[in-house]
Formats: sequence, C-alpha cells, structure tokens
Amino acid sequence: MPILRPCLILFAVLTLLTGVLYPLLITGVAQAAFPDQANGSLLRDGERIVGSRLIGQAGGDPGLFWPRPSAVKWDAAGSGGANLAPVTDPQRTTWADQAKALRASGAAGTLPADLVTASGSGLDPHLSPAALRAQVPRVAAARGLPAARLAALIAAHTQGPQLGLLGATRVNVLELNRDLATMTSGGR
Amino acid sequence: MNLSDWWQMVLFLALLLVAAVPLGWWCHRLLDGRLTLPGERHLLRLAGIDPAQGCGWQRYAGAVVLFNACGFAVLLGLLMLQGVLPGNPQGLPGLSWHLAFNTAVSFTTNTNWQSYGGESTMSYLSQALGLTVQNFLSAATGIAVMAAVARGFARQGTTDLGNPWVDLTRIVVGLLLPLSAVFAVVLVWQGVPQTWGAYPLAHPLAGGEQTIAVGPAAAQIAIKQLGTNGGAFFNANSAHPFENPTPLTNLLQCLAILAIPAGLCLAWGRLVADRRHGRALLWAMTGLLVAGLLAAWWSETRPVAGLAAIGADPVNLEGKEVRFGIGPSVTWLVATTAASNGSVNAMHASMQPLTTLVGLAFMQIGEVVFGGVGCGIYGMLLYVLVTVFVAGLMVGRTPELLGKRIEAREMKLTAVALLAPSAVILLGTWLAISCESGRGSIANPGASGFSEVLYALSSAAGNNGSAMAGLNANTPFWNLLLACSMLVGRFAVLVPVLALAGGLAAKPRQETNAGTLPTHGPLFIGLLATVVVLVGALTFLPALVLGPVAAHGALP
Amino acid sequence: MTARHHVDRARVLRESLRRLSPLAHLRNPVMAVTWLGAAFTSLLWLAALAGQGGEPPAFVGQIALWLWFTVWFAGLAEAVAEGRGRAHAEHLRAARSTLTAERIGELRADAPAETVDAGALAPGDLVLVRAGGVIPADGEAVAGLASVDESAVTGESAPVIRGAGGDRSAVTGGTRVLSDHLIIRVTAAPGEGFIDRMIALVEGASRQKTPNEVALTILLAAMTLVLLLAVVTILPFAACVGGRMGGTGTVGLATLVALLVCLIPTTIGGLLPAIGIAGIDRLHRANVIARSGRAVEAAGDVGVLLLDKTGTITLGNRQAAAFIPAPGVGERELAEAAQLASLADDTPEGRSIVVLAKERFDLRCEAPAGAVVVPFTATARMSGLDAGARRLRKGATVAVAAWLTDQGSGLPAAVIAAAEEAARAGATPLVVAEGGRALGIVVLKDIIKGGIRERFAELRRMGITTVMITGDNPQTAAAIAAEAGVDDFRAQVTPEDKLRIIREFQAGGRLVAMAGDGTNDAPALAQADVAVAMHAGTQAAKEAGNLVDLDSNPTKLIEIVRIGKQLLMTRGALTTFSLTNDVAKYFVIIPAALAGVLPALGGFNPLGLQSPHSAILAAVIVNALLIPLLIPLAMRGVAWRPAPAGTVLAHNLLVYGVGGLIAPFPLIWGVDRFIASCGLA
Repeated sequence: MPILRPCLILFAVLTLLTGVLYPLLITGVAQAAFPDQANGSLLRDGERIVGSRLIGQAGGDPGLFWPRPSAVKWDAAGSGGANLAPVTDPQRTTWADQAKALRASGAAGTLPADLVTASGSGLDPHLSPAALRAQVPRVAAARGLPAARLAALIAAHTQGPQLGLLGATRVNVLELNRDLATMTSGGR
Repeated sequence: MNLSDWWQMVLFLALLLVAAVPLGWWCHRLLDGRLTLPGERHLLRLAGIDPAQGCGWQRYAGAVVLFNACGFAVLLGLLMLQGVLPGNPQGLPGLSWHLAFNTAVSFTTNTNWQSYGGESTMSYLSQALGLTVQNFLSAATGIAVMAAVARGFARQGTTDLGNPWVDLTRIVVGLLLPLSAVFAVVLVWQGVPQTWGAYPLAHPLAGGEQTIAVGPAAAQIAIKQLGTNGGAFFNANSAHPFENPTPLTNLLQCLAILAIPAGLCLAWGRLVADRRHGRALLWAMTGLLVAGLLAAWWSETRPVAGLAAIGADPVNLEGKEVRFGIGPSVTWLVATTAASNGSVNAMHASMQPLTTLVGLAFMQIGEVVFGGVGCGIYGMLLYVLVTVFVAGLMVGRTPELLGKRIEAREMKLTAVALLAPSAVILLGTWLAISCESGRGSIANPGASGFSEVLYALSSAAGNNGSAMAGLNANTPFWNLLLACSMLVGRFAVLVPVLALAGGLAAKPRQETNAGTLPTHGPLFIGLLATVVVLVGALTFLPALVLGPVAAHGALP
Repeated sequence: MTARHHVDRARVLRESLRRLSPLAHLRNPVMAVTWLGAAFTSLLWLAALAGQGGEPPAFVGQIALWLWFTVWFAGLAEAVAEGRGRAHAEHLRAARSTLTAERIGELRADAPAETVDAGALAPGDLVLVRAGGVIPADGEAVAGLASVDESAVTGESAPVIRGAGGDRSAVTGGTRVLSDHLIIRVTAAPGEGFIDRMIALVEGASRQKTPNEVALTILLAAMTLVLLLAVVTILPFAACVGGRMGGTGTVGLATLVALLVCLIPTTIGGLLPAIGIAGIDRLHRANVIARSGRAVEAAGDVGVLLLDKTGTITLGNRQAAAFIPAPGVGERELAEAAQLASLADDTPEGRSIVVLAKERFDLRCEAPAGAVVVPFTATARMSGLDAGARRLRKGATVAVAAWLTDQGSGLPAAVIAAAEEAARAGATPLVVAEGGRALGIVVLKDIIKGGIRERFAELRRMGITTVMITGDNPQTAAAIAAEAGVDDFRAQVTPEDKLRIIREFQAGGRLVAMAGDGTNDAPALAQADVAVAMHAGTQAAKEAGNLVDLDSNPTKLIEIVRIGKQLLMTRGALTTFSLTNDVAKYFVIIPAALAGVLPALGGFNPLGLQSPHSAILAAVIVNALLIPLLIPLAMRGVAWRPAPAGTVLAHNLLVYGVGGLIAPFPLIWGVDRFIASCGLA
C-alpha cells in the first residue's frame, strides 16, 4: 500500500471540502436565511452603526445605564477577561476600586456582583435587573426622570431564562439605553 | 446556587445520554466497514486507495502521523504567510515563527491551545483554510485511531487494523461535516456571525468608537465543539457574545462538546462486539463527570470573601457572563476539561481555586472522562487495562480484556502511554518555574500563579487547550515548551495504543465465561472510576496541594 | 510432600542479609528504588550528624534505619519462601547422594556387571538393580518386575510395581527396589534426571519470572516511576510556591525519601518473589511438580477440564451393585455363591462382590478347608473355587456359557436377558454358576467418586467446563455423565481422539487442562495448555506434560486449578492492598511534609498525630512492618472459594482494597503514639 500519494491527495481533497466548500456553504445559507445575525446583529441609526446587539459598550455617561466592568475596556476587536484569581490581592483591589466608584455614583446597599466583577469576554452585553436597579437613582437624577418610569423600562427589557429554563434573567444594556435615550429625548 | 442551576445540569446530562445513542449507532455504521458513502469510491479511486486493503499498526500509525504532518506543514505556512495572502480584510500580519509553530502543533494535535487572541491575530483565510480544516482532520484522526484499536480487539489472528484513509474520509464526510453544517446554521440563527466582510466600526451611545470584530465564525465554532477542538474564533472563546450568544447556544455547544465522545463509547462497545462494555465506559465517564460537576458547583458557589468585604453580593461572577450565570459556567468548565475540548465560556483563572482543581484533575488523568473524540476512548482503555490487570489477577486468572490476554507487551505499552503525559506535566512545570523565561509570564501572585503554570502544562499534555489565561504564553519559551508537551501528549499515547492494538489483533479471542472478570456492570464501573481517580491522585496530589489547595488555603 | 521438612532458620537469616546487597534487587525496580532511598538517607544522616540539612539527625537516622529494615524484610520474605523449598530439596538430595550402579553389557540378569559411579552413566546404558538397591538414574525397565519404594520422590510409602513393557516401565533415579530385580535402560544424563530437575525447581535455581509476573513487574515499575516523579517534583514546586507566598518552601530530603518509599508499592514489590516461590511450594505440598511456573499460572486460566472417566470420575474399577438371580434361585443363594467364588479374588471387583454380599445378607463365608482356588486366566476368562463337590465359577457371560455347555447344560434365557439388560445400562454382568447350574448374575457398575459432583458444581461456578472422556458407548457415557454432573462428555474416545478434542476447544478460545499417563496420551498432553502427567505413567507422558502428579491421582487437576488461581489472586490482592495503602500515607505525610511551606496545611491533622516527624516516622515504620506481617499471607495464599469472578472480585476488593484503604490509619496512629511515648520523635 503506497502511503504518500493517498496522503497528499486525500489531504488536498478534505482541505478543499472542509476549508473552502464548507465555510462558503455556511456563509451562503447564513447570509440568505439570517443576514442580520450573520453580519454581527448590528444596530443602526440610519446608516450609522450604533453597535451590535450582542456586544456591550462602555459606560461613563451618568445619564445612561453603565455596563459591567470590562478588563479590555470594551475593545470589541480584542476581547478578554481579567484572569485574576479571586483569592489574590490584585483582584480584590480591582473589585474594591470598582465598588468605590459605584458608591461614589450613589449606589447603595449590597452591590450586585455583576456590577463589581468583570465579565469573561469583556464585552458582556447584559446586566441583571438588580444591577440596573442599583443605578436607577443616578440615571434618574441625571435624566430628571422619575425612578418608577426607569423601573418600568427595566422591567420591559428584562428577558427571562431562554425557553423558560436556560440561563439567567437579564437585560440587554445597549437596547435598554437606546430606548432610554429615545424616551427621554421625547420627554424633554 | 438555585434550582435553575440544577435543572439545567440535569437537562444537560439527560440530553447528552439521549444524544449518545443515535451517534453511537451511526459511528459504528460508519466504522465497521459495511457502509459506503456516496461519492466515496470516486474519491478513494482518485487517491489511488483500495478501500478493501487494510494495514498493520505500523503503517496505520505512519499514515496518521504523515497525514497530521501534512496538516502541520500547510498550517504553519499559512499562518506565517497570512499577511501576504488573501482573505485578510483587517490586514493582519503573519505570525511569529514560534507562535505559528505552537499554533500549528496545537491544532494538528486536537489541542487548540491558543497563545493568541483570534480576532486580533488570525486572518479569515487562516481561520477557515487553516484552523477549521485541522479542527476536522485532527478530530477525524482521533476517531480513526479509536476504530483501529477497536479492530485490534474484535479481530483475531491478523495484523490488519483497517484502512486509515477510508476511516479518515468516512469520519470527515459522513460524521463531522454534516453535523457541523447543521449546527453552524443553528448558531447563525442564534446570533453567531458568518461573514467575510471587514470589522464594522460602531459609534457607541456613550461616544467614542468601537471596532466590532466579526468573521466566518459559525462554521468554525460548530466543528470546534463537535470535534472537541476548542480553539476559538475570538479571544474570549465561548464567553464571547458572538461565539456563544445565548443560553441556548451555550447548552447546544456544551452538548456538542461531549456528544460525539459519549456516542463513541457506545460505538466502541458495538465495534468490539461487547455493547455492555461500551455502556459501562459511558456510565463510568458519566459518573466521574457528575462527581466533578458536583464538586465544581459546590466550590464555585462558596461565597467570595473579597466581594463580601466590599459590601457586594459574594457571588463569583468574575470572568463569567451574565446570560449564563454560575450553573452553566461550571457545567461548561467540567465538560470542556473532561472532554479535551478546551473552549471556555467563563475565565478559568477567575474561578475559585478548588473549581480549577476539578478542571486540572480532569486534564491530568489524561482526558479520559469522555475526552477528545476517539482519544478519550483509547485513553480510557489504558485505565481499563490497568483495572483489568489488577482485578483480573484478583479473580485468579491471567488478565484479559474482551477476550484478549493482557501480558507483558500490553503492560509495557500501557505504561508508556500513561506515563508520558504525566511526566511531561510534572517535568514541564518544573522546567517552567525554574527559569526566568518561564516565570516571567506568570500573572497571578502566590499559589495561583503556580496553578497557572501547572494548568498550562496539564492542558497541553492532555491536548485540552483551555488555559488559566493570565499566563502570557506568547513567548518563544512557552510556545515551544507547550508545543512539545502537546506533541508528546498526542503521539506518545496514540502510537503506543496503536502498537497495543496491533499486538492484540494477532491474539486469539478467548471465550468469556463465569470465570472471566466481567468488564461491565456496577462493580467494574465503580472499580474503573476508582482506578482513574487513584492513579491521578497518586501522581498529582502533591502538585495539586501546592497549587489550588494552597491557593484555597489562602482564603481567610 | 505431606511431610514438613526442617527449615534451616540460620540459613534463611543469612540469605536475607545477603539480599541487603543492591545486586539482589536489580530485577525488582521497587526494591531497587527502596535500596537507593535507604542508601541516600544514610548519607543524609551522616550529613545531619555533621550539621548539614535542616532535619534532626535522630529523625533522619531513624528513617534510614527503617528503610534498611524495609529492604531487609523484602529479602527475608524471599529467603523464607526459598528456605522451605530448600528444605524439600535437601530431602531429595539425600535420596540421590553417592549412588553407584551395576552396569551390564547385555540384557541378561546374569550378565557380567561393572560397578560404576552413577554420575558416569550415559543414556542408553543398561544397569541391573537388585532387591535393596537404589535405582541410579531415570530410566525405563526393560526386563524384570519388581516392587519399588518411591517414597523419596512421592512421599507415598506403599511400594509400587515397576516392570518391563506397558505403562509401568518408567523408573526414577533415587528410588529403591524392594523385591526382585530390574534391568533398566538409562534415559537421562547425569544431573538431568527427574530428581535433579525437582531439586532445581524447588530450590528456585531455575526459577524464571513467569509472563504474568513480568507484566506485573512492569506495572509496578511504572507506578514507581510515576511516584518518583511526583515526589521529586515536590522539591521545586514547594520552593516555587513557598517563595511566591513569602516563605522558604524547603522540604526535608529525608522526609521526601520517606514519602517516596511509603508510596511506591513496597508491600507487593517486597513480597512478589516470595508469592511466586510459595505458589510453587504449595503445589509441591500437593505432591505435584511443576515443570515451569508458567504451567501453574495457566492452571488458573483453564476453561475446560478434560477428565478421563476411569480413575477420575469413577473409581478405577467397577463394583458389584446388584445380584439378579436366575429363575428358581434365591437372591441369598446367589449372593453366597458369588461371595464364595470371589473369596480368593483379590481384584477390586472381586472384593466388591464379597462386600456387597456381606452388606446385603450379612454373609461372612469362609473358604472351606482344602478349597482350591481357580485363578482367572486369559483363556478361560473365569475364576472361582473348587471346594469339595462344590464347583463355583464366575465370569463373563460367554465364558460361563461355554463352561456350562461343556457340562451339558446351558445358560437360561432369563439370565441371558438380564445380562444383556445390564450391559445396555452401562454395567458389566458377571454370571455366577455352580456345577452345571447358572445361579444368576452379579451386576458390576461404575461407582462415581464421592463428592465429585460437588466439585464439578464448584468448577462450574468458576466458569470451568468439565468434559468427561470415555471409551464407553454413548448410552453408558450419558448415564455416568448425568450421575457425575459433568457438563459434557465424549463417548467412544480413543486416546488419539483426545488430541482432536483438545484442539477443538482451543480453537473456541479456551484453555484446556487434562491428565494422562499412557504413552498414547503424550500427544494430547503436549497439546493441552495444562497437562498433568501421572508419575506412575510412562516416561513419554511425563515428558509431554507440564505438571507431574506424584500421587498419580487425576482428580488432582482440580486442586492444581485452585493453586494456580490462588497464586494469581495473591499477587492481585497484595497489589491492590499496596496501592490503596498510598491514600493513607499521602494523607499522613503530605500535611506533615508541607507544613513548613503551607502553614494552613500543618493544621490538617485529623488523626491527631503527635508531630510532623512522628507522623512521617510512623508511616515509614508501618510501611516496613507490613512486609513481614504479610509474609504468612504470601506463603499461604489468599483465601479461596469457588465462585463466579464477579463475586470473587467483590470479596477481594472489599478485603484488600477497602481494607488497604483503612488499615494503615489505625496502624499509623498506634505507631505514632508508641514513638511519641518512647520519645523517639
């Protein structure tokens, strides 16, 4: 049984199949059936891309809900986590700094963990409803909106577990902020 | 933490066991030689292959190694030259020699250790034509070798372990490609990108700009999970919202990691004509998986002192995604380290120390709890051989497995295949902590930093690929050390196991009767699981005590 | 050998001390590492005395001492096992010492003889051995018939008959001719005779590792290597972690060596040679000589036992089972006549007739004075007694019918019918006649050996199939097979068929054991995986078999299977015990050893041991003492009972696995207390 010729030919054919035909086929099906998702679930204001529904954005504006801390400063072309062990001093310092910033911005009571900790991707688009409620006083003050309307907005954006079972209850912060932006501009 | 975690774990296990049945049936049909795929004959004739002609273990091993060497060479070239090749809308430069070497070894050995961040390093061409191809071929290699080993048990008085080319072709075309195609489309539906366009530039609400990395991700992610590869399209791996956008994709990907390895347990049982033995392997692996799951879940739900101290809810969400929460993150950790997948949906470095211990343990026992596709089975076979050897003596017979007598040659090869990865982990860790170029990459202080190093070597030698990602592995020292570890972890197991099968194929298959050690049933399952844990513990307990246990002890 | 031979204790001690040499452990990786550990710790002790190293000299010195004890205990185990064999060998050697032979030039008892040293004999030489003389070499009787005392070899004091021709012609050097004389053709060169080989075997001089022992040694070597890596890397790992945590991270070298020796499987490593020797020794005690250790192991693997009906399943001879009188004859009358006719018949059949008559009718006839015995002759095929007017005969139907015809009468049809009926049922009819009158028949039947049915049931539970082989017709065979409870039978088998039957079973993937004695059994014996030759059998059979049963008892096969299984089980059980022991040792030593690196770990002391040093020392002492404590088990073999493999495994796992997990804890605790109370650490 010769070994080199079968090896080379088979390798070439399988490479063509799995490395060229397969990705192109999937691209074709994806672009035809789910063009929105296939191109990154982008959200646009007219022609201007605001972001991706799936990718978190930096906070900073007190009038918007802030996302989780990001170890990569929301660099969507360079995702990543802090990768510090929870028992180490550097990690504790990072948490303490974040907690101090939140307290300074008016967060009271027990801080929700997702608001203190950085996500694994650094691009987590979600927050727990509790983490958003903790920001309501600040946003309400900045926007001059009643807290109850913000609570209602959060509730309207709250997604339960997928299929009723999978994952956590969460809110997409970018979508929430977009509605927050339109709502307040209408109210002013 | 809550009831929902439990339900998700139970649902996951139930779906896994259900999925194993048809997959096992189909893999057996593909590998037992009775089925011919459409177009297979033309392809084989083109390559000058006579499908009826089998070969001995040396030739089988030679073919597999040569095939992987081809893949390595092509991938190495692609990665180093990607800067001047098309399919590179971001204009990313070619990789350094050591990163290209590490990555090429990593993907051809089914490890998929990544010393790089995908979206900032790899051109689309490299991802699709290089990495995706190896995701298929390295997975097929593992399954093909498993099939050859099964033939060593099933056949007698022959040296013929089957035709490697036919095996590889059937696995790629008949199993991996169709499953991946369907899975990729489901992933796109849920939000995974599949485009060849450049990274769009977004203008966030809070001002500034955000370049959003996209790409032909879905096609690669599908096979990344199904082939227990684990090499991510994006740096954050399956924690990245594009790579794993919803809890549903999380569940499906988690299942995809373990489904084929679980199915192969049953296929193995059918191939060696002892279906009860195949089921016993599945149950032993499931038992160890559940034990790991419970331990990791217990550890990860312990309150975090550092959070409690600052008045925060002491739940360890550091490095985890809100959409998943603790339960699915822990389940993924266990699944990805149990199978030698290595993708992560939460950062292992940010897990509690004893949670990382569970992951370390699964990798250090040699990726045998489901393990990599194919190699999980033949890795577990080594433990089965040790179990059967000692237990066989205890019932007063020359040990035999599936009717084949286990003698000095078998023990010698088993010892080599079990010893080599363990030696690489311990000696590699020693080397890394002893020199400045090794220590310099450590990110975490104290025992956690040692755990990072131990984790990297365990991951590489186990062909897992996950990391405690604080470690900066993109240095010549680490890229070379880990590449060598991956090679040993792959081929110092694969080749001896094939040699073992070659010897067994020649032996007569003894009849089994009441005096034969049963290789099925609760006693055997429990014994096998105990041997796996005991051998692992004997080898790695001191290292684990000095790593994660010491880090845990540092908790106030 | 049923007799226990005197074991030379002083020699055992000397031998065990000789094994402190590193050369004694070259083939045993576990003990080789232990030896190196002991030597290294001794050097550490010297260094500690000089103030080097961080550990107190008293502690290091005690560790070194106990590691040397570990090495010595392993040597002791082997020496004890060999001591037993040697005692046996001395006994055999005495039988062979300084023999001379009368060599003759031609095959006549009165041929001129020259006296030569037995060592000068060559195969083919003829020697004459007279009554009282010792047979000088293995050979074949070519003339003469004599009773021979073979107790030197077999331990059996009853003499056996040896003579030219047939299956009883093989003689063994070292045995003694009691009566008459034999002319023997020497078949074995000096030093290669049966006794020489036996001596070599029991002394272990020709002992080679069996395949299974080699495989186990590889496993143990691999375990040792893994643990060596695990322990050696503690040093840099502890230094790294200790340094990163702001400490020193030094771990004592003596502590690490202690940990290593405790972890590597010293228990099985130390006892492994002894287990093998003891297994063969147990076989010798059962009066079976193994021509190789491999055969003993193979005995444990046997799947099919081929058993000759006669002598194995049934008593060697048929026995009287019933009296069927002719019409008009009382049963008692028949019984009396039969008893009288058999009084002088010394064959087992004849005696059984006497016994049956006594049992049934309480008859105790005595031969009348002046009675003349009519012996059995090949031509008449009858025997009997002439007492005055009474002429009693018993014999085969045809022979007695002829005798009656001679006297003018004949055999009644009813008697013929009864005889035919008995023959159809597999029995042998003997017709009894007095004068011209047929009295009836005595039915001789095969008698199944007592307890054999139960033994076959045991074998079945162990997964061993019993197959009866007989020359009888299928009907007879089926009846006996059913009564004996064998799994299968082959009827009308010629010795040549046995070879074919064995091959059939082997082709089905089964290991076959058989026993045989005749020259025509030799091919089958050579083919069988476990072949037990009867010592009373021919030289050809003995050469073809891999085991020789000195008692010439075919039922011994079952015993041999048991010994083979026990040998493997003992190895497996002690390996399991060794490995599960490690859990306790890690549990005790790791916290003690790393207390300096990880202070939090130093507090982990659930056993409440006195100090890190006493804990480590206690573990080393327990590890060492386990070897001598388990020598008796290694000699005796683990308890054995016939049961399916699953049941045996569960039982042994519970005893040696779980036992090995638990046992060291109380032992270490106790030794720790003792050390502390003596102020040793």
